Amino acid sequence: METDRKDGRTPNQLRPLKCSRNILHRAHGSASWSQGETKVLAAVYGPKAGTKKNEDPEKACIEVIWKPKTGQIGKAEKECEMIMKKTIQSICLLTINPNTTTSVIVQVVNDDGALLPCAINAACAALVDAGIPLKHLAVAICCCVAEEGSVVLDPTNVIEFVFGQQMRGFAYLVFPNSALSALPEGSYLVNGEPLEHGIITSVTHGVMSVDEYLKCVDRGRAACAKLSGFLRNSLQKSQFPSDTSSKAA
Amino acid sequence: MGLLDSSGDLSAEMEVDAFRRLFPLRYYERHLAESIRPDGRPLGRARDTTVALGAVSSADGSALAKIGSTTMLAAIKMEVMTPSAESPDEGCIAIEFHMPPICSPIVRPGRPAEAAVVVSKQLSDTILSSGMIDLKELALVSGKAAWMAYLDIYCLDADGALFDAALLSAVAAFSHCKHLSPFLIVPTSYTLLLSLIHVSARYSLAVQIPVVSVNDKGKIVAFTEEGDGRKLEKEAVNKEKIKLTLGSIPFSLTCALHKKYILADPTSEEESIMETLVTVVMDSSDRLVSFYKPGGPALAYTSLVTDCVALTRHRMKELEKILDEAFSGMEVD
Repeated sequence: METDRKDGRTPNQLRPLKCSRNILHRAHGSASWSQGETKVLAAVYGPKAGTKKNEDPEKACIEVIWKPKTGQIGKAEKECEMIMKKTIQSICLLTINPNTTTSVIVQVVNDDGALLPCAINAACAALVDAGIPLKHLAVAICCCVAEEGSVVLDPTNVIEFVFGQQMRGFAYLVFPNSALSALPEGSYLVNGEPLEHGIITSVTHGVMSVDEYLKCVDRGRAACAKLSGFLRNSLQKSQFPSDTSSKAA
Repeated sequence: MGLLDSSGDLSAEMEVDAFRRLFPLRYYERHLAESIRPDGRPLGRARDTTVALGAVSSADGSALAKIGSTTMLAAIKMEVMTPSAESPDEGCIAIEFHMPPICSPIVRPGRPAEAAVVVSKQLSDTILSSGMIDLKELALVSGKAAWMAYLDIYCLDADGALFDAALLSAVAAFSHCKHLSPFLIVPTSYTLLLSLIHVSARYSLAVQIPVVSVNDKGKIVAFTEEGDGRKLEKEAVNKEKIKLTLGSIPFSLTCALHKKYILADPTSEEESIMETLVTVVMDSSDRLVSFYKPGGPALAYTSLVTDCVALTRHRMKELEKILDEAFSGMEVD
């Protein structure tokens, strides 16, 4: 049974994506990412000398500062900072610049659902803009589980809580981006699965069955493959400040 | 790191402790190759777990949980407050997780540890979304009064798997928590009296909540023992204490991932070496409450997800047994 969503999207359809790079001129790297109405601005400063107090000086240190749109910084913001820090640490090549700190500042411009995935995508684009060495990119998506067990991608706040069916739970999933390589198919497999099938980060809210979660992961992977394509396109365009947008179908 | 030779490494020439400190990852990998960990546990086994109920006598519900060396003390205090306008029929739970400097050398007074904030938020999310406590049960008078439960969890010893131990102590404290049954007395025409009977500690374990009433202006005031002249059916009143009915109880297991190994219930040393941690929370009706993997160098493939879930199910049975034993032990007293 297909769920008809309020804005007319099919359950597998993402909101219109927009990504701009190099929008802040003082920052070493910056990007803005919007999915529908949710918009996040990310800036990267670094690498700067020295690491923070309890961090390992043999590796580069990543620091994330999350600025909400309104209100004071509370526990939710600290948790988002920690999740983003660990996600970014897993995609950066930390041994290249030891004993340095790279700061990623995330500013929420508008929150209309799927905020953390949007922020991770923005941070990733900003890191590329700054030229920080990365293993691969991280692409993030939000999957929602509806009452009767079907999976809906990229929900807005309205759909999550108000629209007809109550959403039982949602999951933020982050995957590595899909690789485009000149080497033959088999060389990137890990345990028989391609690299982009591994989950870098997963945060779930609400209760769902294990099968529903695995379904979310499958749909999330497929959506992330499309997101990777969009990200690759937009990052390959010219270096001058430009707007690229696409409606991922 | 100069010495790369793995087969002729220095383990033959230096003491085990020194090797453990200098090359922790290789020390662990040597053990993992034999499918065992330095403390002798197989990879999938959690540490010895104990739960003691009623550790804090002044609290309405309390529990002390230990998983290996990690110790958590949870205490619940209940207070009457006015419910919010959006949910006049629901009570409220406020969950706070503290890591005092006693628990670990990396925590200093003043600055709260980063881990404390994150575990605190994770705990609130898990307990509220698992539906263990029905907030409507905490309501007293719709729109005027409802119970607010303050759950405080103190970490006394941080040795890995903080979230697991904290959740276990919170669940145990809630199952130990008893609150008084409210009842509406036939009021005089000008006041609405809400009394909570004071249950004597002589014949029960229960809490001693002072009798309160709502006066004309809608404020909650303490009710004096001598009575204040209003009609009160104190004798006929139901003197039972009501236990909070718990819905499906969530249980969690934290695993550390390293290459293709999954280590269940890591100690703090293992957590710092293998930086990827996965916490799976499942409830007694076999639903997934949370699959929490905050980044980390190792990626989770589908096979790994199902393995972690299977380990959690197994752990859930152990924990259910431990809670049941602790609880039946308490009742006998």
